Amino acid sequence: MRPGDIAIVGAAETDEVGVLPELSMLELHAEASLRAIADAGLTPADIDGVATARPYPVAIAERLGIKARWLDGTAVGGGSFMLHTRHAAAAIAAGHASAVLISHGESGRSRSGASPMANEAASPRGQFEMPYGAVPPYATFTVPAMRFLHERGMGRRDLAEVVVAQRRWAEPNPRAFRRKPITVDEVLDGPEIAYPFTRDMCCVVTDGGGALVVTSAERARDLPRPERAVHLLGAGEAPGTSMVSQMEDLGSFSGYREASAEAFRTAGITPADVDHFMGYDAFAHLPLYMLEDIGFVGRGESGAFIAEGHTTVGGSLPMNTNGGGLSYTHTGMYGMFAIQEAVRQLRGEAVVQVPGAEISFVQGVGGFFWSAGSLVLSNQRP
Amino acid sequence: MGSLGEAEVTPETEPFWEGAAQGELRMQRCLSCRRFYFFPRRTCRYCHSGDVEWRRLSGQAKLLSYVINRRPVVPRGESEPQIIAIVEVDEGPRMLTNLVGVEPDPDALVLDGPLTVEFQERGGRPMPVFRPAVGAA
Repeated sequence: MRPGDIAIVGAAETDEVGVLPELSMLELHAEASLRAIADAGLTPADIDGVATARPYPVAIAERLGIKARWLDGTAVGGGSFMLHTRHAAAAIAAGHASAVLISHGESGRSRSGASPMANEAASPRGQFEMPYGAVPPYATFTVPAMRFLHERGMGRRDLAEVVVAQRRWAEPNPRAFRRKPITVDEVLDGPEIAYPFTRDMCCVVTDGGGALVVTSAERARDLPRPERAVHLLGAGEAPGTSMVSQMEDLGSFSGYREASAEAFRTAGITPADVDHFMGYDAFAHLPLYMLEDIGFVGRGESGAFIAEGHTTVGGSLPMNTNGGGLSYTHTGMYGMFAIQEAVRQLRGEAVVQVPGAEISFVQGVGGFFWSAGSLVLSNQRP
Repeated sequence: MGSLGEAEVTPETEPFWEGAAQGELRMQRCLSCRRFYFFPRRTCRYCHSGDVEWRRLSGQAKLLSYVINRRPVVPRGESEPQIIAIVEVDEGPRMLTNLVGVEPDPDALVLDGPLTVEFQERGGRPMPVFRPAVGAA
């Protein structure tokens, strides 16, 4: 498999994202999947592989009447879809499947048809972290952030700048959940959720779905709109830790470093080649970690890079151009929406379009630094 | 299966809980590479040796990072802010815990500041929590 041999040919979100109590988790999956399959110019009969993080991929194949010969139920958190994309590419290259559906649906806000939380009481995290209250994401994923800021002489304003930069992308986007223009002081003065995090530094909580169809570049050429194919140049994945306290380094995530390095290596590009960046931002500290760990900026430079406007509208590295999990949508598994926005940008179909974007880098994270997955996507086949 | 935040002890972690019930913070140390490690497991985190022992720790630690959680969900009905912290014990390992005996105020929470262990009930069992060491700024 060479860079660009595999392509995303179908990509769609549910008709709406936001508050959708009338749609169960399974129906959100189905709606997004049928839209993505139609977007590719295919029908469910053309799909022979199914990947999803939850429920089991069998349930999605059954719901859509897909006769699958390849299944992937990798579930490593909200960034699972980056891994599914990488796995699908390998499966297609190996001949195990020819057209793979990667599906996500989650009633994160309305909890319609949602599965109950897994019982983790006997896991290391269940025994040694959850009894202390480290249960909700805002009181778990966030705990290392003060260390990151402290080691770099950074502070809460750096977290607020992330919110402000991303809100500017969301303002004109009618699908974004939070669109009101906001200042650094307004972010800092907002309701405190878990110091140093205020409300707008925490992602929105929504209902929605998204899906992708992945196939070979050869097959993509024969589809109705081959010019819309988005090629996979490279990808990587890495495990993290199930307990935030056991990260190797509280101020840097090994998963971001390892997965992104593999993605750059397999794509044969460097960070300087990237035109557009999507980084899974469940909370405002994550873009700061990512920019440094991926190598877009040096250690300690992430805060100033964002504050100086490099990642917002008109900047040199447009980041989270849908508004991100902080402003656009976050069903509980935002990774799918990060990929969707990268595909839209590379197709020239985004609400706020980055002119001339050819290479997009997508960085996913799962759980609370549990896993990482990276994709390098391009509208050009090398 | 208990309520959310209630730990279910497994065989390899029992000595930790027995220690906590006696007011002792215990962790494992590898007799091969001599390093302490956490969470409990039957073989060394670092060199995978099965030659490991349980030791009582000094109970001294330092504060690495924290959040002041204004919206606790565990225990259910809790309304007081929780300081959820990551600390590094003097013997080396890090653990997540709560800080007690200190105001939930960033000005009172000094990163790298010294802490001392004590035990409070969490999830139905005594568990190690930490308070700023006496005499510390």
